[in-house]
Amino acid sequence: MRILVVGGGTGGTIVANNLARRLSAEIRSRRVRITMLSASDKHMYQPGLLYVAFGQMTPDQLYRDQASLLEGAIDFHVDPVEKFQLDQNRVVTKSGKVHEYDILVMATGSRIVPEQIPGLVEGAETFYTEATAVKLFKRLREIQEGTVAVVVGVPHKCPIAPVELIFGLHDYFKARGIRDKIKIKYHYPIGRIHTIKEVAIWAKPEFDRMGIEYETLFNVSEVDVGNKVVRSEEGTETQYDLLIAIPPHRGMEVVEQNNLGEGGWIPTDRFKLTMNGHDNVFVLGDTTNLPVSKTGSAAHFQAEVVAENIASMIKIGTPVRDYDGKVYCFIETGHDSATYAMFNYQNPPDLKPPSKPMHWFKMSYNQMYWTSVRGLL
Amino acid sequence: MSDTKIVDARDTFCPGPLMELITHMKQSSVGDTLELLSTDEGSGADVPEWVNKVGHEIISNEKIDGVWHIKIRKAK
Repeated sequence: MRILVVGGGTGGTIVANNLARRLSAEIRSRRVRITMLSASDKHMYQPGLLYVAFGQMTPDQLYRDQASLLEGAIDFHVDPVEKFQLDQNRVVTKSGKVHEYDILVMATGSRIVPEQIPGLVEGAETFYTEATAVKLFKRLREIQEGTVAVVVGVPHKCPIAPVELIFGLHDYFKARGIRDKIKIKYHYPIGRIHTIKEVAIWAKPEFDRMGIEYETLFNVSEVDVGNKVVRSEEGTETQYDLLIAIPPHRGMEVVEQNNLGEGGWIPTDRFKLTMNGHDNVFVLGDTTNLPVSKTGSAAHFQAEVVAENIASMIKIGTPVRDYDGKVYCFIETGHDSATYAMFNYQNPPDLKPPSKPMHWFKMSYNQMYWTSVRGLL
Repeated sequence: MSDTKIVDARDTFCPGPLMELITHMKQSSVGDTLELLSTDEGSGADVPEWVNKVGHEIISNEKIDGVWHIKIRKAK
């Protein structure tokens, strides 16, 4: 049985490690082989980018060697896939090598596409890459007064990031003693300040208390860089001194180039996590078209389901459980407090008041991630 | 006229029905029709509010067996 995992991010790494443990006997007896193909020999802890943007972490703290995170039995190659030939159960990599499989796991992730909005690349700062997070921090250090505007592209990964950014900005400028000279204005695509109703209900009085201005039903249409104005599809505009964007995302180019899904998102069964029409192809994390948060947390819980089902298919001939839509997101509510949102397909989150211990837990998790991604936590 | 594209956002809290719809609207062409399925009680009012503000067109909006079926035509 040949299992091929494409993608070495959170989801792919957890699946591969979990499978290697569950199937250790089968691997030793050479009845199962696990191969991982990734575009990079490094693994980034992406949630750390927000800390880089506030000068609380440095980029080198976000990386580990991918090989060091994998079980020894996993055959790992830095050789990204260029062609998916699903009808022949095989892929072709950038180097030209062909990998055949019996079971394929697709965990290729997503990418930012700020270029889809005119002026956004030139006019807005972001924090979704190492370089842009560092640049944003330098801009935050420079600013002395004026309007900091935050806009949110659709779709975007880590849906909690926009409110975390706002809380972080408030605390950052307060710590510098210039909060009264900075106007923070938040813009959000739908008719409340967060897509999760419970988060919106909780965050609104917090925004009011902190003096955050907000405008809802604001989908960015363009940035007029020369005049420092950001405009919305809904016909409104905001003048800014510093513009910060949560950029819109798409699935990876290789998914689009192989016509596997509109927008680069692969049509996926929300319970089985299999690609529609392909029972031997599993999809997880940002790669799916599911109406589920694009977060490492969702990828983690999906990876556990996928690994358990693949292992049980090999051991007893059938998958054993469905994905229930579980997501757990920390919400940093400033530089020294946090809460969390946990929900699934059937149960909305029940937000607790922010606390310092929850913030310490999040800070601990920033280190524990490396244990988690190894499949040990 | 193109076929109606179904956006199945039932039983989702994040990113939620309206955010799902906006995602699919961005991937569609002018003239396309989308049908949003939502179990969020607020969708019956929230979705038309956005559609009307941004200038698209609501074709129909009805609740059947606890599920909102909202048809929208992309106008711009």
